Amino acid sequence: MTQVAEEKDILVSTYAQMRETLDTPSTPWLDELRRAGMAHFEKVGFPSGREEAWRFTNVAPIARTKFTPGLGTITPVARDVAKQYSFGDKAAIELVFINGHFARELSKLDRLPGEAHVGTLADAFDADDQTVRNNIGRLVKLDTTPFTALNAGFVFDGAFIRLPRNTTIPAPIHLLFVSTAGADGQPTVCHPRVLILAEDNVEAAIVESYVGPEGAVYWTNAVTEVAIGKDSRIDHNKLQQESLRAFHTAAMHVHLDRGSYFISHNTTIGGRITRNDPSVKMAGEGAYAVLNGLVILDGEQHCDNHTLLDHFSPNCPSHELYKHVLDGKSSAVFKGQIYVHPEAQKTDSKQTSKSLLLSDSAEINSMPALEIYADDVKCTHGSTVGPVDQDMLFYLRSRGVGIDAAKHLLTYAFVADVTRRITVEPVRARIEDFMAAQHGLPRDLRITDLSDFDAEVL
Amino acid sequence: MPEPLLVIENLHARVASGDKREILKGVNLTINKGEVHAIMGKNGSGKSTLAQVLAGRETYEVTEGSVTYMGKDLLELSAEERAREGVFLAFQYPVEIPGVSTSYFLRAAVNAVREHRGLPEISAPEFLKLVRDKMKLLHMDNSFMNRAVNEGFSGGEKKRNEIFQMAVMDPILALMDETDSGLDIDALKTVSYGANTLRSPERGILLVTHYQRMLNYIVPDYVHVMLDGRIVTSGDKSLALELEAKGYDWVEKEYAQPAGA
Repeated sequence: MTQVAEEKDILVSTYAQMRETLDTPSTPWLDELRRAGMAHFEKVGFPSGREEAWRFTNVAPIARTKFTPGLGTITPVARDVAKQYSFGDKAAIELVFINGHFARELSKLDRLPGEAHVGTLADAFDADDQTVRNNIGRLVKLDTTPFTALNAGFVFDGAFIRLPRNTTIPAPIHLLFVSTAGADGQPTVCHPRVLILAEDNVEAAIVESYVGPEGAVYWTNAVTEVAIGKDSRIDHNKLQQESLRAFHTAAMHVHLDRGSYFISHNTTIGGRITRNDPSVKMAGEGAYAVLNGLVILDGEQHCDNHTLLDHFSPNCPSHELYKHVLDGKSSAVFKGQIYVHPEAQKTDSKQTSKSLLLSDSAEINSMPALEIYADDVKCTHGSTVGPVDQDMLFYLRSRGVGIDAAKHLLTYAFVADVTRRITVEPVRARIEDFMAAQHGLPRDLRITDLSDFDAEVL
Repeated sequence: MPEPLLVIENLHARVASGDKREILKGVNLTINKGEVHAIMGKNGSGKSTLAQVLAGRETYEVTEGSVTYMGKDLLELSAEERAREGVFLAFQYPVEIPGVSTSYFLRAAVNAVREHRGLPEISAPEFLKLVRDKMKLLHMDNSFMNRAVNEGFSGGEKKRNEIFQMAVMDPILALMDETDSGLDIDALKTVSYGANTLRSPERGILLVTHYQRMLNYIVPDYVHVMLDGRIVTSGDKSLALELEAKGYDWVEKEYAQPAGA
């Protein structure tokens, strides 16, 4: 056995040992999920750069860090971070998790219309909830990534959202995941899990925020499963503002039934190494998926988004727009897979990846991957990479705006072109405020309406 | 006594990268305060390049000659400094900037000029009054201020926006680069009306155009014809009519220099 392989085994086995030390409440079916998750992770181990899907993302810094399980204690630091990122009154309901543990005291648990349920997985496990039993692990498989198996191995809490037929939730549901380092600064790990079941004709906006105190070293390894019924409309926002020394890995799978609409805004601002695997399966005819993403990095940050638009049924449109703003020595990966099954005739899919490189050392790998097995489809993809647009720059300068101010404004504009599509106000404001602060701009830049042009893009 | 606003002497310029092709091959032109000049020429004659070089576009490189604007060496100034000193270029192809509202864009521009002149930032009510007046002048809809700069605008709307910006910026030297192209007659009248409001004894206007049509509405004091990077003939507004009647082939026959000359 080679030395590398040996080290890999040792690193993997630490998780098995960690698992054994945990005494989390269980049911037989939950035990089985955890056992299968651990077994799978022990079999495959950490992904290596030799695997195609991990060619540009080196997870060795994660594998080599010695993590301990994060505790749910509401420390002053955790409380401050939760407060900083809370949506307050703007959320219909806000569940706060500290290192993966539900923090009731910090959460906002108002009543929801009708039979809508927003609660914790821990409660559902305790209650031996058969809906959860039947759905957890159904969409995100153990072999989606090695980390989804590890998540299953450690699953003990998270959010469970169930929206019965004809439910409309007027304000966003906010899931706020706060991670912190241990008491003496030692790295921690947690494995949050989100299960969203929306039945027919449901309308809701759900936000997952992943945050932590500046400078803390920890690893958040999340899994989100979303099943959406007929004619429903779900707006999903993920806002990742982890500590710049944190690691973040996450997989999301969305299953769309006939005529439903799903829009995802996936924003990465924090984290030292981030890997997202969002995928949407348009299982029912006429389902419509939009995947939008923003990646704003500096320093030595790295973010890898591996997205999949899975066209399984006919007459499904999909749109994807991922934008990257890369400064310093940061690097990003965008893999945009569009898979069109033989039955998925009249697929209309458009994918765009745009990258703004603000330094010579920043790097982007943008890879469209179209696999089309139907003959009557329209699939397009485009990718641009470069510095600030020279025509726009000259236009601003010709109006008297100085070159540095113009560059800041155009960087902001590059991002605002995505944020203005975000309908959840606190999410949009948080990203735009972040950009304005970064670029020395006022907060009143925003465009208030979407033109016809935008409507087409949406 | 006419007071010179812009004096161009033997101006040579080439494309800054790639084949470094020379486009301006010795342009001489003086615009006095209060005058409106039109430069006509067919595509590729260098007339748009002249407008862009004057505005400070760095994709062109000046290799010879001088440009004096209000007694200053214009070529020493960056694009933004020229704008702050009162030079305005109405673009042939106005640029779309998704993500920046027209309102913010214009306020940034107005404030850049004001800062240069030692004035405080424009107040919100003052700015609103300014843009409302100019929007009325150019028959523009109020909603336009909240839209992204030029995004999704028709060709005519974009041109109208250029002249609107020009009216708001209140320049001393207005360069209009083929503002008439792609405009229907109504839009052309509106845009010309807007441009004419800028005519004053203190200002100068340089119109670059392919066609005589716009010159019916913005009547020039002088008309110049450009061919292969030089002004080959000049006259009054009747030259434009002659050109329209005889076509650019006539100019070529009359003024083209033999190759290698």
